[in-house]
Amino acid sequence: MLHLLQKPLEAAQPSRRTFLKLSAGTIGGLVLAMNLPRSAASAAEGDFLQPFVHIRPDNTVVVLSKHLDKGQGTASGLATLVADELDASHDQVMVEFAPSNPQLYANTMFGVQGTGGSTAMANSFTQYRQAGAAAKAMIVAAAAKDWGVPASEVAVSGGVVSHGSDKSATLGELAGLAAGEEVPAEPVLKTPDQWVYIGKSFPRLDVKNKTVGAPNTYTMDFQRDGLLVATVARAPRFGGKVKSFDASEARKVPGVVNVLEVPNGVAVVADSTWPAIKGRSLLEIEWDDSGAETRSSDAMIAELKEMTAQPGVKVREDGDVDAALEVSAKVIDADYDFPFLAHGAMEPLDIAMMFDGETAEFWFGSQIQTIDHNVAATVLGIPFQNVRINTLWAGGSFGRRAQADAHPVVEIAMLAKAMQADGMEPAPVKIVWTREDDMAGGYYRPMSAHRIRVGLDADNNVTAFKYNIAAKSIVKGTPFEAMLMKDGVDHNMTEGAHDTSYALGLMNMDQTFQETQVPVLWWRSVGHTHTAYVMETMIDRLAKEAGKDPVAYRLEMIRDDPRKANVLKLAAEKAGWDHPLADGRYRGVAVHKSFGSYVAEVAEISFRDDGTVKVEKVTAAVDCGTPINPDNIVAQVEGGIGYGLGAILRNQVTLVDGVVEETNFDTYEPLRMSDMPEVEVHIVASNEPPTGIGEPGTPPIGPAVANAIAAAKGDWISSLPLSKAGLV
Amino acid sequence: MSVTLKINGETRTLDTDPDSPLLWALRDELKLTGTKFGCGIASCGACTVHLDGMPIRSCQTMVGDVEDAEITTIEGIDGKAAEAVQAAWQELDVPQCGYCQSGQILAATALLSETGKPTDEDIDFAMDGNVCRCATYARIRKAIHLASDKMEG
Repeated sequence: MLHLLQKPLEAAQPSRRTFLKLSAGTIGGLVLAMNLPRSAASAAEGDFLQPFVHIRPDNTVVVLSKHLDKGQGTASGLATLVADELDASHDQVMVEFAPSNPQLYANTMFGVQGTGGSTAMANSFTQYRQAGAAAKAMIVAAAAKDWGVPASEVAVSGGVVSHGSDKSATLGELAGLAAGEEVPAEPVLKTPDQWVYIGKSFPRLDVKNKTVGAPNTYTMDFQRDGLLVATVARAPRFGGKVKSFDASEARKVPGVVNVLEVPNGVAVVADSTWPAIKGRSLLEIEWDDSGAETRSSDAMIAELKEMTAQPGVKVREDGDVDAALEVSAKVIDADYDFPFLAHGAMEPLDIAMMFDGETAEFWFGSQIQTIDHNVAATVLGIPFQNVRINTLWAGGSFGRRAQADAHPVVEIAMLAKAMQADGMEPAPVKIVWTREDDMAGGYYRPMSAHRIRVGLDADNNVTAFKYNIAAKSIVKGTPFEAMLMKDGVDHNMTEGAHDTSYALGLMNMDQTFQETQVPVLWWRSVGHTHTAYVMETMIDRLAKEAGKDPVAYRLEMIRDDPRKANVLKLAAEKAGWDHPLADGRYRGVAVHKSFGSYVAEVAEISFRDDGTVKVEKVTAAVDCGTPINPDNIVAQVEGGIGYGLGAILRNQVTLVDGVVEETNFDTYEPLRMSDMPEVEVHIVASNEPPTGIGEPGTPPIGPAVANAIAAAKGDWISSLPLSKAGLV
Repeated sequence: MSVTLKINGETRTLDTDPDSPLLWALRDELKLTGTKFGCGIASCGACTVHLDGMPIRSCQTMVGDVEDAEITTIEGIDGKAAEAVQAAWQELDVPQCGYCQSGQILAATALLSETGKPTDEDIDFAMDGNVCRCATYARIRKAIHLASDKMEG
């Protein structure tokens, strides 16, 4: 997702005093309530309340998650950190999303509150353990005073505070007393050998709710008395505008309350969802496409390919690579192209809000709360502190909810203003995107073209590696540009290539930016979604050229990157790389570093009678630093493999004259049960700081499968998805 | 217009168009939001409910067509198979984002009610209509086998 790789801010734990000052100082009475955690609304004498931990007298420990959880397990991960240091029992811990508050809840790697770039655990690892340790120290100090014993003799284990065998209390019983204790400035953290949950087991806290259909979980389920539901007819071509519309038939649908023009389309407001969907289908709208993208995707790919034939912005320049190519004994040329991809989260986009003219409250799976919050205040023309963002569980995101432009917020805020301007009484409203809206709505993984020229000497050693890439930049022209682009270079596009640890002789990399109205966005693992495919299939080609085994060749080529070599060796060993395969089976390998983590995958494939490819088994090895929740690491790698596999098999968003062709799961066919390979995940034991895990499982699967296909057929597929080559 | 439905063992009368999808009657009229909207074209299975014990897609089922049937949603499932499935799902931490899991659980419960000891091929066949974009398929498969064991035990 996003890579706001600014220098990390101090991972400071705000003290209780700072917390109260921040909460009260910025806001005053009314807004105090808006900026405090939900659970704090009921906090009273007897509660222990800190920014990340709220212990209630009923012995519940509420961990406040500053991050959105869209399935990646972060909320439970943060709770693991607090519970471990606090020595709480798993049974008493629950998790709640923190409100939007950049002073208290910034991602320490971003400087704003937001989730992405697989940074959630990495940026919180110290902060949340400190929060748990501080709470425990305050509990212990309170118990010591209450019992008249030295603090050093007070023990906490499994949520029970005790002194010898004569004194014992729960965390909840001591919460009120502990609240009056001073927050330790430097709470002492456990050493890894003292951990009770970290690196071991802490079952997810959201599983029960997600297996019983619990209400009030997702935005789609949001309910309020008098709730209105809206759908928006948006331009069929990106950049199109409403010229005129006729809503007379839509207004006749029972349940439709109003039809209003908003800046990006026409909104049908109804008393429930179905009339809003049905009413919208009866709108007659004439669109103005004069400023819209009207090209087909084929033409756009052709343009990208032409761009890669020309010099672009220099991303990496080791030297005169053209001269090196001239004198090389052999040159290998390769061209690749990748399609637009939709995120296709199971929960289509949605957002709910209530605006009374002075204050606004939002409920949705907000991924970058600080941007959403600022945009809401700006569009509504109200002070920042008059906006409350309630983050809800999201039914997936894969990057889709992390927009630089906060477009769902803009849209619903404009609708609220239109409702107000039209004389409607203030009412809570929810905008629901249908699957078609979500799929055809843009914000895709950019399509891209890649041109590679590799120079080899007479002994097949790589002497020159020239890499030109062209795509629309995700960050150029957005509020992220100032933070993420340096000297005109967008490293999001080239990550995983320009920073490779393979020894490739002289390496130059140029990038060229395509201009199009089609909005693009980070898609689970961002630039790595294409660079890993290119780099790892190229390395395979070079291994074949050199007549070497793909694993052995990679190990020779990796420079100063022992962790990468280690996961490669581990995956190969566990996959039985040195052992012969059954008849009709083929395998390929790929190893890639992304978001600080290393993942190697060995894919074993077969071919069905009709010639289509079946991925039978994937053996993965992962080094993501200190493993916090090993089972969740396994889950994320399993899921990351499945997500990447579905895309490379048969997913692409194509345009005809600017109109999206694939608008639902019938044409954008997702990975299904029968496509899912057996997955085996091996985690490297490590004491390094934890790094990302939501995304790093995704990049290696494409090239691992492509390399297995090449092992069978001799050629590397260079135009995705594989279905274009008749393999699906 | 009014429509009478039997949902989770209760008779409910709704003031709704008989040609409207059962999905939205459940979610918006009855506030049974455990049944999810995923695609609206019966391609993803997020809206799966039981109709006389059989898994159906409520987004493509009109309320006027199911007045005489017993409809069961995630909020109302019970019995040996359902309990085993939910327990197995929880034991193996199957859900990630969780949005599809009501549908997965309804589909798996229907499978195990018919076939107590499903093979992997049975699972592929029964579950291929239920999409999980988090790709929790490997765990769903394991959980179905585990639930099957639980039902025996």
